[in-house]
Amino acid sequence: MSEPEEPRAAGDEDDSVTAGGAGGAGGGTRDGHRAAVALLPAVRADDPHLADAARHPRRVEAIVGLCFLVGIAGVAAFGGAFVENADTQVLAGTLFVGLFFLGFGLTAWGKYLMPQGPFVEERHPLESSARDRQAMAAALVERTGIVVKRRKLLGGLLATGLGIFGIVAAFPLLRSLGPKPGSTLFKTNWKKGSLLVDYYGKPVHRTDMQVGGLLTVFPEGKESTLTAQAVDQAVLIRVQSTTLVTMKGRGDWSPDGYVCYSKVCTHLGCPVGLYEQELELLVCPCHQSMFDVRDGAFPVFGPAPRPLPQLPIYVDSEGFLRAREGFDQPVGPGFWERTTEGNGKASAT
Amino acid sequence: MALTDSQPRTRREARRKLGPYGRVQQAINELDERVGIAKGGRSLLDKIFPDHWSFMLGEIALYSFVVLVATGIFLTLYYVPSSAQVVYHGVYKPLDGQRMSEAYESTIDISFAVRAGLLMRQVHHWAADVFVGSIVVHMARIFFTGAFRKPRELNWTIGITLLILAILNGFIGYSLPDDLISGTGIRIAYSILLSIPFVGTYLAFFLFGGAYPGHIILERFYIVHVLILPLIIIGLIGAHLGLLVRQKHTQFPGRGRTEHNVVGSPLFPQFAAKTTGFMLMVTGVLGVLGGFAQINPIWQFGPYEPTKISYAVQPDWYMGFLDGALRIMPSWEFTAWGHTIPWEVFLPAVVFPGLIFNICLAWPMIERRFTGDYEIHNLLDRPRDRPKRTAAGAAMIALLFTVFAASSTDVLANYFHLSLNAVLWFFRIAVVVAPILAGLVTWRVCIEMQRVPGAVQRKRAMIVSRTPEGEYVAVPAEPRPGDEQLELEPEPVPLRIELEPEPVGASATTAPTDEPGVRRVTR
Repeated sequence: MSEPEEPRAAGDEDDSVTAGGAGGAGGGTRDGHRAAVALLPAVRADDPHLADAARHPRRVEAIVGLCFLVGIAGVAAFGGAFVENADTQVLAGTLFVGLFFLGFGLTAWGKYLMPQGPFVEERHPLESSARDRQAMAAALVERTGIVVKRRKLLGGLLATGLGIFGIVAAFPLLRSLGPKPGSTLFKTNWKKGSLLVDYYGKPVHRTDMQVGGLLTVFPEGKESTLTAQAVDQAVLIRVQSTTLVTMKGRGDWSPDGYVCYSKVCTHLGCPVGLYEQELELLVCPCHQSMFDVRDGAFPVFGPAPRPLPQLPIYVDSEGFLRAREGFDQPVGPGFWERTTEGNGKASAT
Repeated sequence: MALTDSQPRTRREARRKLGPYGRVQQAINELDERVGIAKGGRSLLDKIFPDHWSFMLGEIALYSFVVLVATGIFLTLYYVPSSAQVVYHGVYKPLDGQRMSEAYESTIDISFAVRAGLLMRQVHHWAADVFVGSIVVHMARIFFTGAFRKPRELNWTIGITLLILAILNGFIGYSLPDDLISGTGIRIAYSILLSIPFVGTYLAFFLFGGAYPGHIILERFYIVHVLILPLIIIGLIGAHLGLLVRQKHTQFPGRGRTEHNVVGSPLFPQFAAKTTGFMLMVTGVLGVLGGFAQINPIWQFGPYEPTKISYAVQPDWYMGFLDGALRIMPSWEFTAWGHTIPWEVFLPAVVFPGLIFNICLAWPMIERRFTGDYEIHNLLDRPRDRPKRTAAGAAMIALLFTVFAASSTDVLANYFHLSLNAVLWFFRIAVVVAPILAGLVTWRVCIEMQRVPGAVQRKRAMIVSRTPEGEYVAVPAEPRPGDEQLELEPEPVPLRIELEPEPVGASATTAPTDEPGVRRVTR
C-alpha cells in the first residue's frame, strides 16, 4: 500500500504537525484500513515457525542480547588483533565471531521481535493509458518530423560531422592500443648459427647431456628476457630410440640423437613442460596434448592440432650445438594469417 | 517545517514546535522542501519483500560484491600493476633472489608484509568465487520459477550481463598477481583471442599492446579490473535493483497472494533488520573462509616465467567450463587458401560460451515463441508445473556440469587410476548424452509429479515423493504447531507499528487505538 498515487487529505499540505499528524504527514492510509485497525502480537502466535518465540519474547531478547555481546567482543578482539598484527587465523576468527554474531542477533531481532504480518502491498500496473502512450509517440515522431522536414540539410550535416568524429576518434584509439600484427607472429629470435644456451646462458656442448636427457634452450643472449622466452623457448632432447622419424628433408636436423622442438604448445601456447621419458612423449600439462618426440613431435593425443615446430640444429667445430636456421613456421597456436607451411606428414628416415 | 514565525524561547518550546517526530521530522521537512522525498520515501519504506529463502540468493551476490569492493580498495593501496622485472629480497625467504615482476612482488608483500594483507587478499578471492556462484544459483532460481517472464525480461538480461562481467572480472582479477598459474592463464586467453578468424590477431595485439607477452597487459588488466568493469557492474546492479523496486517482487502462490499484490515484510524495519544482519553474516563467513581456507597461495606457485608450468593447472571454478570444453574438443584445425581457422580453440572457447550466454539472454523470447504467452506474470511457477522449461534448465545444467568436470580429466585419471584416453572419451560422450538424459528424466519426473493425486489442490505444504517401487505419492507435510489455525489474510503495512511491553507470557491482546492508521501491537 501507500503508493504515491494515494489520495491525500486536504490538511496534509499543512506544515504544522500536530498530534494527529501521524495520520496525515506520512501520506495517509486507505479509508478501509483506518476502520480495521488490526492488532498483532510482535510475532504472531499462529505462525508455526515463530510460535515459541511469540510465547517467550524475553528469551528471544536474551538470545539477541547475548549475540550482540559476543559480537561486540568479537569486533573488539578483531581490533586488538589488528593492532597487535596477529596471525591471519586470529584476525579471521575474531572478525567472523564479531560480524556473524552481530548479524545473527540483528536477523533474529528482525524475525522474532518485529511484527511479521503478513503485510501486503498492492501492485499498480506500470503501463500508462493508451492515450499517454500515443501522446509520447506523437511528440517524438511529429517533433522529429518538424526538424527533419524543414531542416533536412542541417540534420544531415550534423550527422555527418558526428559520424566522422566517431570514426576519427575510434580509429586512432584502436590503432594506438598496439602495433599491427604484420609478420611478428612468424618470427622468433632463432637465426642461422644461433648458439643454443640454457636458462642461465650456458652454451650446450654435445657431451653435456646424457641419452634421455632434456633441456630448455634459448638462442644466445635472449635467455633472460620474458618476451624472448615466451616465443623462443625450445626443448632439446637427446633421444634414446635409435630410429627417429622426421619429416621429409629433415634427415640431418638432429645430430648425435639431439632433437630440438619449440616448447610452445600448438594448442594454446602453454610450455610443453612434461616429458614422458619411456615413451618419449612431450606432454602439455594444460590440456594434455602429447607429442611423440620420435615421430617429428606429431600430436598423438589431446587437442593440439599440429606437431611442435622443429629447430634444425648442428654441432659446430668446437662441439657446441647451434641452430642451422630459424623455425620454418610460426610457433605456438594457430591464427587466421597462419599459412599451411610446415604441416606435412612425417616420413620414416 | 517552516520556522518563519517567532523563534522559540525555551528548549522545550523548540521541541514542541518540532512536533512528535522531532529532529527526524525536521530533517525530512528540510529535504522534502527541496527534493520532495516524503511520498516516495514512505512508499519505499513500505516496499514488501516476500519471505522465502530462495530470495536470499541474490542478496548473497550483492553482499559478496560489497565485500569485494571493500577488500578490493584495500588491495589497491598496496598492489603494484607493473610487469617490470625485479629481484626479490623481501620477507618471504624461499623466494629470495628470484626474478619476478613488481606485480608478483607486491602481491607477495600484501600476503606477508602488510598488516591483515593475507586475510584481505584471501577474502577478496573467496568473495569473488562466492559472488559468481551465488549469481549462478540465483539465476537458476529465477529460471526454474519463471520469474524472468514479462515484465521482467529486461532484468533477466541485466542479470546475465552481470554474470558475464563477473566471470570476466574474476578472470582478470586472478590474473593480476602474475604468478605461474595466472600467467599461464593470460597466455591461454591470448591464444583464444588469436583463434578468432579474420580479426583475432588484431584483437590480441591491441589488447596486449603487441605480441605476447607484451609489456603492458597487467597495467591494462588492472585498470579494467579496478575501475572499468566495477563501474559497469555497479551501474548494472543499480539498474537491477531499480527495476526490482519499480516492478516489485515476484512471489510464490499462497493464501492472499495474487497477481496484483505482494505479501511479505516491509523494507523498514523488518526486512532492513534481517537483510543487514544477513549482510554481516555473509561478511563474517567470507572472513572465516579467507582466514582459514587457503586460496590461491601464489608464493607456492612461484613467479610467472613463460618457460615454466605446473602440473594439474586449473583456473578458478567459473572458468572451468571453458577449460573442460577446450580439453574434450578434438584437434580440428582448418587450413586452406593460406589461412588457418583453429576450430579446436575457436569452437569451445569462443563459440560455445557465446552460444550458452546468448541462449540464456534470449530465453524469455524463446519461451514466449513456444508458449505464445504474452501475459504479465507476478506469481511464480512451481518447477514441476512447467516440465519443458524445467527439463531445458536441467539439460543446460547437465551440459555445463559435464564440461566443468571435464576440466579435471588428468586429475580424475590419476585419482581413479584410469587411462586418460578413457576419461577423455567418457566426457566426449557424456557431453552429448548427459544433457539429453537429464532433460528427459527431468521432464518425465515433472509429469509424474503433476499426476499425483492431491499434489495440485493443497492447503498446506504437500511433499511429493518417490517410493522405492518408483511410484509417486503426495504426502501432507508433518503437521506443525499452529497448523490447525487459519492463516491470516495479509494486511496493509500500518503507518505506525507500536511495540508496547507486556508482562512475559501474556497472550496477545487487542487494545484499540484512536489514532487512525496506527496499529498498536502488543507482545
